[in-house]
Amino acid sequence: MKILVCISNVPDTTTRVRFVDDFKKLDASGIQWVINPWDELSLTRALELKDDASTGVKSVTVAHVGPASAEPTIRKALAIGADDAIRVNAEPADAYYVASQLAEVVKTEQFDMIMCGIESSDHNGSTVGGMLSELLNFPSVSAVSNLKIENGQVVINREIDGGKETVLVPTPVVVVVQKGIAKEPRIAAMRGIMMARTKPIKVLEPLAVDTLTEVAGYEMPQPRAACKFIDAENPKQLIDMLQNEAKVL
Amino acid sequence: MAVLVYTENWDGKFKKLSFELASYASKVAEMLNTNSVALSIGKTEAGELEKLGNYGVNKIINAQGEGLDKLDNQVFTKVIADFARKEGATVILLANNNTGKALAPRLSVNLKAGIGSGVSKLPLSTSPFVVYKRAYSGNAFAKLQIKTDIRIITLAQNSFELIEKNASASIENETVQVDKSMVKTHVQEVQKQSGKVLLTDADIVVSGGRGMKSPDNWAPLVELADLLGAATACSRPVSDEGWRGHEEHTGQTGKIIAPNLYFAIGISGATQHLAGVSSSKYIVAVNTDKDAPVFEAAQYGIVGDAQKVLPKLVEAVKEIKSK
Repeated sequence: MKILVCISNVPDTTTRVRFVDDFKKLDASGIQWVINPWDELSLTRALELKDDASTGVKSVTVAHVGPASAEPTIRKALAIGADDAIRVNAEPADAYYVASQLAEVVKTEQFDMIMCGIESSDHNGSTVGGMLSELLNFPSVSAVSNLKIENGQVVINREIDGGKETVLVPTPVVVVVQKGIAKEPRIAAMRGIMMARTKPIKVLEPLAVDTLTEVAGYEMPQPRAACKFIDAENPKQLIDMLQNEAKVL
Repeated sequence: MAVLVYTENWDGKFKKLSFELASYASKVAEMLNTNSVALSIGKTEAGELEKLGNYGVNKIINAQGEGLDKLDNQVFTKVIADFARKEGATVILLANNNTGKALAPRLSVNLKAGIGSGVSKLPLSTSPFVVYKRAYSGNAFAKLQIKTDIRIITLAQNSFELIEKNASASIENETVQVDKSMVKTHVQEVQKQSGKVLLTDADIVVSGGRGMKSPDNWAPLVELADLLGAATACSRPVSDEGWRGHEEHTGQTGKIIAPNLYFAIGISGATQHLAGVSSSKYIVAVNTDKDAPVFEAAQYGIVGDAQKVLPKLVEAVKEIKSK
């Protein structure tokens, strides 16, 4: 079995975002770029599966759609343990554009399981994985919080409102993973970092694809009113305020 | 032309989220001078479909057929896409929940329709079609233009007020033939939590962080939640330590929620935690550190130890409940 893990390059999750060009563009100055947190968990789970010989997982490849400036993030994925990487050399213009590029990668390289994070922490779209599955006409399972391979079958726990379902799906399949898929992201060891330098990153030129959406501009959240402090000895006053002032009780 | 809204049911019933969707669809239809149509797939209890009419949809399609009782993304995408084509839908609305996130992007490709997900307001304009959505994990909002003739929107839960119209809608029963070979997702087992308020549905959420100090200290927090009819939640370190289950983790990588009232008890308020709860209408924070960032996000705060404050809160709530 060959696994493809799709990774997105996002601002570090503690970044206080700012915008330039009349709030049309992210101010990239000073931003630390990282692997999208869900993609990092997804990669970790893929590598755990490969470590277990009984799963029959032969290789874990990472794919990314982005310019050359994203290579440090791809190298990090290789240092964590991916065998090789594919980068489609293009600005990730919108979700449909990205999914279309990834679909082409899957068609030419043939993978059995494609893993995507439930969303990217920048655009919060939750769209690329699902789009990719429909473009390929593969089955998809979303909200995946546990994934095993038993007797060549993919056994998945997916979250539903108020519970979990255990489902079986045939390959090839697209799985969209979320929290719980791996306990903690795997960290690159020194040996991995050294080895990552020589692992191959294949660079592909993009297909011509139209975008379906475009960001017209960004807005910052409204600042909240200052916090009203209540004496710790008198929480009754808090309950009273919630009931009569905020009217939420 | 029409606005088509997919209203999922849970064990044959609709809930507040379904009515938020119906209300939103009927408003968008008004903006576009067209009708709104709700699509229900699979069995529903008697009297449930009628409830959707109350929230302004003009027509309800009741699609029934074998193989529609469990979610298979390919099957459901085909059913929704077929009805969207038949109704000439120019806007298709789903919830931004697990089901909506699974189906909306497949529909987007199937119908070559741009998608705006996690939308929290009515469209800012319909020509061009611009929606308002969460971006950078709640640290910003994006005005997203959808350039295609058909547009897909997923609506963030608890972000749109219900609009009751006291109207009724026509119900059309449709039988759907599902090609069995198309069903690829085979559900082996279903585990459900029963009798608990769902975190994503809850109007009030009581959440505990590392300041709770030990998993053994949760009893008063749970009691407070029970008294308020609230759901319980926790911060990431708490779920990582296994003090509480992953399903309770709220924050950037956990659940994104928007209740009317969120209690952050012993939670310092890291950016990643606030990203998951910042859409709450009111936040109450209890923390020993008066400089904790959670107080910047909260409207009401108590500087104090969770173990001392919680029992007093419980007493105060009991008092108002007894009145």
